[in-house]
Amino acid sequence: MPIEIPKDKWPGTIHTVTLGATNGEGGTRSKTVTFGGETTMPFLQFEAPVPHKPVVAIEIKDHKPEDWSLLLAEVWGAAMTDPAEWAKAAENAGADIIVLALSVNDENGNPTTPEKAVGTVKKVLGACGLPLIVFGPGQVDLDNELLVPISEATKGERIVLGICEDKNYRTIVATAMANGHLVTARTPMDVNLSKQLNILITDMGMPADRILMDPTTGALGYGIEYGYSVMERLRLAALQGDTMTQFPMIVTPGFEAWKTKEAKVGEGVPGSWGDWKERSINWETLTAVSLIQTGADIVVLRHPESVKRVKYAIEELLMA
Amino acid sequence: MALSGIQIYKLLPQTNCKECGFPTCLAFAMKLAAKQVELSACPYVSEGSKTQLAESSAPPIRLISVKAGGLEVKAGNETVMFRHEKTFFNRPGLFVRVKSSLGVEAIKDLVTKADAYKVNYVGMDLVVDGFAVEADEEATFTEAIKAVRSATKRPLILIGNEFAIKSGLDNLSGENPLVYAANEANWEAMADIAKKYSTSLVVAGESLDDLAGLTEKLKVKGCEDLVLDLGLGHLGNRLAKSTQIRRLAIKKNFRTLGFPSITFANGHDGQDAIEAAQAIGKYSGFIVLDRFAPDLFYPLLVLRQNIYTDPQKPIQVQPGIYEINSPKADSPVLVTTNFSITYFSVANEVEGSGLPVWLLVTDAEGMSVLTAWAAGKFDSERIAKSVKEFGISDKVTKKQLVLPGHVAVLSGEVEEELPGWEIRVGPREAVDIPSFLKHAL
Repeated sequence: MPIEIPKDKWPGTIHTVTLGATNGEGGTRSKTVTFGGETTMPFLQFEAPVPHKPVVAIEIKDHKPEDWSLLLAEVWGAAMTDPAEWAKAAENAGADIIVLALSVNDENGNPTTPEKAVGTVKKVLGACGLPLIVFGPGQVDLDNELLVPISEATKGERIVLGICEDKNYRTIVATAMANGHLVTARTPMDVNLSKQLNILITDMGMPADRILMDPTTGALGYGIEYGYSVMERLRLAALQGDTMTQFPMIVTPGFEAWKTKEAKVGEGVPGSWGDWKERSINWETLTAVSLIQTGADIVVLRHPESVKRVKYAIEELLMA
Repeated sequence: MALSGIQIYKLLPQTNCKECGFPTCLAFAMKLAAKQVELSACPYVSEGSKTQLAESSAPPIRLISVKAGGLEVKAGNETVMFRHEKTFFNRPGLFVRVKSSLGVEAIKDLVTKADAYKVNYVGMDLVVDGFAVEADEEATFTEAIKAVRSATKRPLILIGNEFAIKSGLDNLSGENPLVYAANEANWEAMADIAKKYSTSLVVAGESLDDLAGLTEKLKVKGCEDLVLDLGLGHLGNRLAKSTQIRRLAIKKNFRTLGFPSITFANGHDGQDAIEAAQAIGKYSGFIVLDRFAPDLFYPLLVLRQNIYTDPQKPIQVQPGIYEINSPKADSPVLVTTNFSITYFSVANEVEGSGLPVWLLVTDAEGMSVLTAWAAGKFDSERIAKSVKEFGISDKVTKKQLVLPGHVAVLSGEVEEELPGWEIRVGPREAVDIPSFLKHAL
């Protein structure tokens, strides 16, 4: 007698979210990206088909970052000094989405102005056809000062504005709502904090299919297990029918992994750490792949080789 | 039907003899109910009780142990699907595959290197667990096993047909390797070998139905220490199968497939790392990699450590003084707690800043700064105590102590406790430490 496989049947579904808008849809993107829609834990195709696969975003900056690993500087080369070139290179490297992370200061050390930030966003949109996510520099006042004009200048493009946090979400959500964009909501590795912020954003009237949640993660060796379990718990809660957790998840393994000494530096480290480049790629790739198996819908990466490997893993996971 | 701890207790001798390793029969009963121990640990349980308890006491996933030279790799005994539900217990063994055709000298080189490998992670030395010796060339197998054994004491997996395995086992005594593999064609011969040499046996089959058919037959033959090979499918297929057998065992108590599994990670261009990472997260018991490289094993060993950390017991770092970027007598002293993530966030930022710092890690029972402060585990007394205990005063002349911004409220009290020290309040978040060090100190 054949074995009867126990199957979970869940009442809840993750929202399906589309990023970017083409010419016909009021934007200028050459393609849009759709994710979410899951009705099972990740990739369990014996229970239900995977409606949309997780996608890979590449993070670029408005100018060449001083504190990034030499390996990243080496692989992106001169493209790093020009966000338009960098975006093009990222598109060629296989990104599905571009994440543009703005800096507090410009390349000359002066505070980033709204004009300059808008200019950078427009350059990036002009240079590549991918959907865009824009992260502010992460300081409340400056974020609002930059993100509002960016939102207005890109009306209809369906970009994602971030990062909403409990201390600062109203302005970002309001401008995203007014201009047809999406938002991403970040909370520090906690299921309830995550729900709470989603409730606040939803209460402002933001439609459910325009919210991403970022539960925050740690890199491999630096707390990944906390993010990992919070994400599994969020996804289980969503499938069980908790409407305030049914948003696609975005995480930033690239940012986390490349902060670690293991990835960042090649000198003055133990010999048992092995080859620097291969180790750092593994650090970023394994962080990302582990999180994809907990339910991440977008992983934001930095190194093109990691992008290649993570995309391979996603294709492999889709094959039953 | 699973029995509760109290129900099980009623069936035990209730003498609290402690021979099972637990202080009382009730404690042992609770462990039995949680399926974390085997009833056989109790020498005095009656036959009648044994029968009654057999069903509830056996763990849903059998514990398999591969041993050699006083070292042991265990798999099985798991009780949950997701680590947050309780914890994952037995970290999957990471084995390096050694093909006999490689030749004696090359084998010795490879095994010596991998055997000696040791990498420190939060104060723990992580190592390679063992080797999987494969008779890819039957004639060289015995020589290969001897070469491996001359270079390592670690547990082995033997891969080959029944003839090769038999000759291999004749060259190994006093250990319990894992034998790979019994299949539809050779299972009877393999069963005889496994019994004769008391080894655990891997079962290989295309589908779960095939595997179940084989484990039933092997059980009848008296082989119960089994490991399932779920095959070399795509990652999606591997995930489905490993999820299914885990669910069958845990949710349906389906003993026929209640065994740990073995995974082969042999992809090229870094794909092996991905395959092994999936196996670590998704339930594998033994993982065999085709190559040894520190840049491959270090991340995998760390991932395994992370996934198998008990969510109830956060990883702690040893309290003490950590020197970052070669601090000198005039470098500042930063204080934080011994919760590993807190420590790492702080250490990482300080390291990244390139500035020399003495990092004083206080014993806050593994809690983060705010949690520990709220729980009274990170107060002026504890901070002062660690300043004295670890003798930081002997190392610095400047005596400048920086508190985490979240406990700014403690600065007055710490000043009183530590006369002669200048107490400064640092940033709330670790990410702001570099700019604090550069501009505020």
